[in-house]
Amino acid sequence: MGRIVLNRDKCKACYLCVDACPKKVLEEDKTVNKLGYYPVRVNNQEECIGCAMCARVCPDIAIEKVYR
Amino acid sequence: MEQLVYKKPDSIKEDFKISFCPGCDHGNAVKLVAEVLDELGVREKTIGIASVGCSVFSYDFFNVDIVEAPHGRSMAVATGVKRSKPDKIVFTYQGDGDLASIGIGETIHAMTRGEKVTAICINNTTYGMTGGQAGPTTLIGQVTTTTTKGRKAELSGYPLKISEIFKEIDGTAYVARVTLDSPAAIMNAKKCIKKAFEAQIKGIGTGFVEILATCPTNWKMTPQEAHARVRGEMSEVFKPGVYKDKVSEAK
Repeated sequence: MGRIVLNRDKCKACYLCVDACPKKVLEEDKTVNKLGYYPVRVNNQEECIGCAMCARVCPDIAIEKVYR
Repeated sequence: MEQLVYKKPDSIKEDFKISFCPGCDHGNAVKLVAEVLDELGVREKTIGIASVGCSVFSYDFFNVDIVEAPHGRSMAVATGVKRSKPDKIVFTYQGDGDLASIGIGETIHAMTRGEKVTAICINNTTYGMTGGQAGPTTLIGQVTTTTTKGRKAELSGYPLKISEIFKEIDGTAYVARVTLDSPAAIMNAKKCIKKAFEAQIKGIGTGFVEILATCPTNWKMTPQEAHARVRGEMSEVFKPGVYKDKVSEAK
Protein backbone atom coordinates (compact mmCIF):
# COMPACT_ATOMS: atom_id res chain seq x y z
CA MET A 1 0.00 0.00 0.00
CA GLY A 2 1.28 3.43 -0.94
CA ARG A 3 0.69 7.03 -0.04
CA ILE A 4 1.33 10.33 -1.83
CA VAL A 5 1.92 13.79 -0.37
CA LEU A 6 -0.01 16.16 -2.59
CA ASN A 7 0.31 19.94 -2.42
CA ARG A 8 -3.08 20.90 -3.82
CA ASP A 9 -2.20 24.59 -4.10
CA LYS A 10 0.58 23.82 -6.61
CA CYS A 11 -1.65 21.71 -8.89
CA LYS A 12 -2.62 23.35 -12.19
CA ALA A 13 -5.21 20.76 -13.21
CA CYS A 14 -3.53 19.22 -16.28
CA TYR A 15 -4.68 15.77 -15.04
CA LEU A 16 -1.66 13.99 -16.58
CA CYS A 17 -1.37 12.11 -13.26
CA VAL A 18 -4.98 10.92 -13.52
CA ASP A 19 -4.12 9.31 -16.88
CA ALA A 20 -0.80 7.92 -15.65
CA CYS A 21 -2.14 6.23 -12.49
CA PRO A 22 -2.54 2.49 -13.19
CA LYS A 23 -5.03 2.06 -10.32
CA LYS A 24 -7.14 5.18 -10.98
CA VAL A 25 -6.55 6.51 -7.48
CA LEU A 26 -6.64 10.19 -8.43
CA GLU A 27 -9.62 12.20 -9.58
CA GLU A 28 -10.69 15.81 -10.15
CA ASP A 29 -11.54 17.79 -7.01
CA LYS A 30 -14.82 19.71 -6.80
CA THR A 31 -13.38 22.77 -5.02
CA VAL A 32 -10.85 25.25 -6.40
CA ASN A 33 -7.36 25.79 -4.98
CA LYS A 34 -5.43 29.05 -4.40
CA LEU A 35 -4.48 29.26 -8.08
CA GLY A 36 -8.12 28.96 -9.17
CA TYR A 37 -7.85 25.46 -10.68
CA TYR A 38 -9.77 22.31 -9.82
CA PRO A 39 -6.83 20.24 -8.51
CA VAL A 40 -6.60 16.46 -8.25
CA ARG A 41 -7.53 14.64 -5.07
CA VAL A 42 -6.90 11.12 -3.78
CA ASN A 43 -10.12 9.20 -4.23
CA ASN A 44 -9.44 5.66 -3.05
CA GLN A 45 -6.30 5.68 -0.91
CA GLU A 46 -6.32 1.93 -0.24
CA GLU A 47 -5.81 1.18 -3.97
CA CYS A 48 -2.53 3.16 -4.18
CA ILE A 49 0.51 0.94 -4.79
CA GLY A 50 3.12 3.70 -4.46
CA CYS A 51 4.48 3.33 -8.01
CA ALA A 52 5.19 7.09 -8.21
CA MET A 53 3.97 7.31 -11.83
CA CYS A 54 1.85 10.34 -10.88
CA ALA A 55 4.86 12.12 -9.38
CA ARG A 56 6.97 11.32 -12.46
CA VAL A 57 4.52 12.92 -14.90
CA CYS A 58 3.54 15.89 -12.72
CA PRO A 59 5.05 18.98 -14.41
CA ASP A 60 4.35 21.24 -11.42
CA ILE A 61 5.94 19.03 -8.72
CA ALA A 62 2.63 19.18 -6.84
CA ILE A 63 3.12 15.54 -5.80
CA GLU A 64 6.08 16.14 -3.52
CA LYS A 65 6.59 12.75 -1.90
CA VAL A 66 5.54 9.16 -2.54
CA TYR A 67 5.76 6.42 0.10
CA ARG A 68 5.40 2.67 -0.36
CA MET B 1 7.16 0.28 7.46
CA GLU B 2 6.71 3.04 4.93
CA GLN B 3 9.57 3.66 2.53
CA LEU B 4 10.16 6.90 0.63
CA VAL B 5 10.21 6.05 -3.10
CA TYR B 6 10.03 9.54 -4.58
CA LYS B 7 10.64 13.06 -3.35
CA LYS B 8 11.09 16.52 -4.80
CA PRO B 9 14.72 16.85 -6.01
CA ASP B 10 17.05 18.87 -3.74
CA SER B 11 18.23 20.83 -6.78
CA ILE B 12 14.78 22.43 -6.94
CA LYS B 13 14.38 25.35 -4.52
CA GLU B 14 12.29 24.84 -1.39
CA ASP B 15 10.01 27.82 -2.12
CA PHE B 16 9.75 27.09 -5.85
CA LYS B 17 6.83 28.28 -7.94
CA ILE B 18 6.55 26.61 -11.35
CA SER B 19 5.38 29.45 -13.60
CA PHE B 20 4.68 27.40 -16.73
CA CYS B 21 1.21 26.84 -18.22
CA PRO B 22 -0.80 23.80 -17.04
CA GLY B 23 0.45 20.57 -18.62
CA CYS B 24 3.61 22.11 -20.11
CA ASP B 25 6.52 19.65 -20.41
CA HIS B 26 8.95 22.37 -19.31
CA GLY B 27 8.19 21.47 -15.68
CA ASN B 28 9.17 17.86 -16.23
CA ALA B 29 12.35 18.87 -18.07
CA VAL B 30 13.38 21.11 -15.15
CA LYS B 31 12.62 18.28 -12.73
CA LEU B 32 14.70 15.75 -14.69
CA VAL B 33 17.73 18.05 -14.86
CA ALA B 34 17.41 18.63 -11.09
CA GLU B 35 17.16 14.88 -10.42
CA VAL B 36 20.27 14.23 -12.52
CA LEU B 37 22.22 16.95 -10.65
CA ASP B 38 21.14 15.28 -7.38
CA GLU B 39 22.16 11.81 -8.53
CA LEU B 40 25.56 12.93 -9.82
CA GLY B 41 26.10 14.85 -6.57
CA VAL B 42 27.30 18.00 -8.35
CA ARG B 43 24.70 20.50 -7.21
CA GLU B 44 27.17 22.49 -5.09
CA LYS B 45 29.52 23.11 -8.03
CA THR B 46 27.01 23.58 -10.83
CA ILE B 47 26.42 26.83 -12.71
CA GLY B 48 23.39 27.01 -14.98
CA ILE B 49 22.98 29.35 -17.91
CA ALA B 50 19.40 30.48 -18.50
CA SER B 51 18.22 31.83 -21.82
CA VAL B 52 15.40 34.01 -23.10
CA GLY B 53 11.99 32.42 -23.57
CA CYS B 54 9.90 30.36 -21.18
CA SER B 55 13.19 28.92 -19.85
CA VAL B 56 14.12 32.40 -18.55
CA PHE B 57 12.62 31.54 -15.15
CA SER B 58 15.24 28.83 -14.47
CA TYR B 59 16.56 30.93 -11.57
CA ASP B 60 13.18 30.58 -9.90
CA PHE B 61 13.38 26.77 -9.67
CA PHE B 62 16.99 25.54 -9.82
CA ASN B 63 18.79 25.53 -6.47
CA VAL B 64 22.09 26.30 -8.24
CA ASP B 65 23.79 29.51 -9.37
CA ILE B 66 22.28 30.80 -12.61
CA VAL B 67 23.66 33.28 -15.13
CA GLU B 68 21.07 34.95 -17.33
CA ALA B 69 22.38 35.18 -20.90
CA PRO B 70 21.15 37.54 -23.65
CA HIS B 71 18.86 36.01 -26.27
CA GLY B 72 20.60 33.09 -27.95
CA ARG B 73 23.97 33.65 -26.29
CA SER B 74 23.77 30.90 -23.66
CA MET B 75 26.45 28.69 -25.22
CA ALA B 76 28.79 31.68 -25.57
CA VAL B 77 28.26 32.59 -21.90
CA ALA B 78 28.67 28.92 -20.94
CA THR B 79 32.01 28.87 -22.78
CA GLY B 80 33.21 31.83 -20.74
CA VAL B 81 32.04 30.41 -17.43
CA LYS B 82 33.52 26.96 -18.08
CA ARG B 83 36.88 28.32 -19.28
CA SER B 84 37.27 30.64 -16.31
CA LYS B 85 36.11 27.98 -13.82
CA PRO B 86 37.00 24.59 -15.38
CA ASP B 87 36.17 22.64 -12.20
CA LYS B 88 32.51 23.73 -12.30
CA ILE B 89 29.71 21.83 -14.02
CA VAL B 90 28.08 24.16 -16.55
CA PHE B 91 24.79 23.56 -18.31
CA THR B 92 22.52 25.65 -20.49
CA TYR B 93 18.74 25.38 -20.47
CA GLN B 94 17.26 26.81 -23.65
CA GLY B 95 14.23 26.67 -25.88
CA ASP B 96 14.31 26.04 -29.61
CA GLY B 97 13.58 29.68 -30.39
CA ASP B 98 16.72 30.57 -28.46
CA LEU B 99 19.15 27.77 -29.36
CA ALA B 100 18.02 26.89 -32.88
CA SER B 101 17.14 30.34 -34.18
CA ILE B 102 19.09 33.36 -32.92
CA GLY B 103 21.64 31.23 -31.08
CA ILE B 104 22.42 28.58 -33.71
CA GLY B 105 25.72 30.30 -34.60
CA GLU B 106 27.27 30.32 -31.13
CA THR B 107 25.83 26.88 -30.39
CA ILE B 108 27.47 25.30 -33.44
CA HIS B 109 30.77 27.06 -32.78
CA ALA B 110 30.80 26.18 -29.07
CA MET B 111 30.21 22.55 -30.05
CA THR B 112 32.86 22.73 -32.78
CA ARG B 113 35.33 23.89 -30.13
CA GLY B 114 34.20 20.91 -28.05
CA GLU B 115 33.40 23.00 -24.99
CA LYS B 116 32.92 20.78 -21.93
CA VAL B 117 29.39 21.96 -21.21
CA THR B 118 25.93 20.41 -21.39
CA ALA B 119 23.12 21.93 -23.46
CA ILE B 120 19.47 21.08 -22.87
CA CYS B 121 17.10 22.28 -25.61
CA ILE B 122 13.32 22.26 -25.26
CA ASN B 123 11.84 21.89 -28.75
CA ASN B 124 8.13 22.77 -28.82
CA THR B 125 7.98 23.90 -32.48
CA THR B 126 6.91 27.44 -31.55
CA TYR B 127 7.87 30.59 -29.66
CA GLY B 128 5.91 29.86 -26.50
CA MET B 129 6.47 32.91 -24.33
CA THR B 130 5.77 35.56 -26.97
CA GLY B 131 2.45 34.07 -28.03
CA GLY B 132 3.00 31.19 -30.42
CA GLN B 133 4.82 32.58 -33.46
CA ALA B 134 6.46 30.29 -36.02
CA GLY B 135 9.98 29.26 -35.05
CA PRO B 136 12.78 27.45 -36.89
CA THR B 137 11.38 24.09 -35.82
CA THR B 138 7.74 24.77 -36.77
CA LEU B 139 6.43 21.82 -38.78
CA ILE B 140 5.23 22.14 -42.39
CA GLY B 141 1.51 22.87 -42.28
CA GLN B 142 1.50 23.94 -38.62
CA VAL B 143 -0.78 26.89 -37.89
CA THR B 144 0.81 29.58 -35.70
CA THR B 145 0.07 33.28 -35.19
CA THR B 146 2.55 34.17 -37.97
CA THR B 147 1.68 31.26 -40.30
CA THR B 148 -2.09 31.52 -40.13
CA LYS B 149 -2.66 29.20 -43.10
CA GLY B 150 0.03 26.74 -42.03
CA ARG B 151 3.79 26.87 -42.61
CA LYS B 152 4.66 26.58 -46.29
CA ALA B 153 8.09 25.28 -47.32
CA GLU B 154 8.35 27.55 -50.38
CA LEU B 155 7.77 30.66 -48.25
CA SER B 156 9.48 29.93 -44.94
CA GLY B 157 11.57 26.81 -45.52
CA TYR B 158 11.72 23.54 -43.64
CA PRO B 159 11.91 22.71 -39.91
CA LEU B 160 15.47 22.68 -38.59
CA LYS B 161 16.60 19.26 -37.31
CA ILE B 162 19.17 20.35 -34.78
CA SER B 163 20.15 16.93 -33.39
CA GLU B 164 20.96 15.68 -36.89
CA ILE B 165 23.18 18.74 -37.43
CA PHE B 166 24.95 18.53 -34.07
CA LYS B 167 25.81 14.82 -34.38
CA GLU B 168 28.03 15.68 -37.36
CA ILE B 169 30.08 18.15 -35.29
CA ASP B 170 33.33 16.55 -34.08
CA GLY B 171 33.27 18.35 -30.72
CA THR B 172 30.03 16.81 -29.47
CA ALA B 173 30.27 13.73 -27.26
CA TYR B 174 26.60 12.97 -26.77
CA VAL B 175 23.58 13.93 -28.87
CA ALA B 176 20.10 12.57 -28.20
CA ARG B 177 16.50 13.50 -28.87
CA VAL B 178 13.90 12.43 -26.30
CA THR B 179 10.21 12.90 -25.54
CA LEU B 180 8.32 13.32 -22.24
CA ASP B 181 4.93 11.94 -23.28
CA SER B 182 4.74 8.92 -20.92
CA PRO B 183 6.35 7.70 -17.67
CA ALA B 184 8.59 5.34 -19.69
CA ALA B 185 9.68 8.17 -22.00
CA ILE B 186 10.43 10.36 -18.98
CA MET B 187 12.67 7.67 -17.45
CA ASN B 188 14.49 7.31 -20.79
CA ALA B 189 14.90 11.09 -21.02
CA LYS B 190 16.48 11.13 -17.58
CA LYS B 191 19.05 8.52 -18.66
CA CYS B 192 19.93 10.61 -21.71
CA ILE B 193 20.29 13.82 -19.70
CA LYS B 194 22.56 11.98 -17.25
CA LYS B 195 24.78 10.80 -20.13
CA ALA B 196 24.96 14.37 -21.45
CA PHE B 197 26.27 15.52 -18.06
CA GLU B 198 28.70 12.57 -17.89
CA ALA B 199 30.12 13.67 -21.25
CA GLN B 200 31.07 16.95 -19.59
CA ILE B 201 32.29 15.43 -16.29
CA LYS B 202 34.55 12.96 -18.13
CA GLY B 203 35.85 15.78 -20.34
CA ILE B 204 34.95 14.10 -23.64
CA GLY B 205 33.09 17.01 -25.22
CA THR B 206 29.76 18.76 -25.42
CA GLY B 207 26.66 16.91 -24.27
CA PHE B 208 23.40 17.80 -25.95
CA VAL B 209 19.83 16.64 -25.37
CA GLU B 210 16.90 17.88 -27.43
CA ILE B 211 13.58 17.39 -25.62
CA LEU B 212 10.41 17.25 -27.73
CA ALA B 213 8.03 19.15 -25.46
CA THR B 214 4.45 20.28 -25.60
CA CYS B 215 3.02 23.81 -25.65
CA PRO B 216 -0.67 23.17 -24.91
CA THR B 217 -1.51 26.88 -24.70
CA ASN B 218 -0.17 27.90 -28.10
CA TRP B 219 -1.06 24.63 -29.84
CA LYS B 220 -4.58 25.20 -28.45
CA MET B 221 -4.83 21.60 -27.22
CA THR B 222 -5.34 19.81 -23.94
CA PRO B 223 -2.13 18.41 -22.38
CA GLN B 224 -3.31 14.93 -23.41
CA GLU B 225 -3.88 15.95 -27.07
CA ALA B 226 -0.53 17.74 -27.07
CA HIS B 227 1.24 14.55 -25.97
CA ALA B 228 -0.55 12.67 -28.76
CA ARG B 229 0.84 15.26 -31.21
CA VAL B 230 4.37 14.71 -29.86
CA ARG B 231 3.96 10.95 -30.34
CA GLY B 232 2.44 11.42 -33.79
CA GLU B 233 3.38 14.16 -36.24
CA MET B 234 6.29 15.59 -34.24
CA SER B 235 8.06 12.25 -33.78
CA GLU B 236 7.66 11.56 -37.52
CA VAL B 237 9.69 14.65 -38.44
CA PHE B 238 11.95 14.79 -35.37
CA LYS B 239 12.83 11.15 -34.81
CA PRO B 240 13.64 10.42 -31.14
CA GLY B 241 16.76 8.43 -30.37
CA VAL B 242 20.43 8.58 -29.44
CA TYR B 243 22.33 10.09 -32.36
CA LYS B 244 25.84 10.06 -30.95
CA ASP B 245 27.25 8.42 -27.84
CA LYS B 246 30.98 8.76 -27.19
CA VAL B 247 30.29 8.41 -23.44
CA SER B 248 29.49 4.69 -23.58
CA GLU B 249 32.38 4.09 -26.03
CA ALA B 250 34.81 5.73 -23.60
CA LYS B 251 33.96 3.29 -20.79
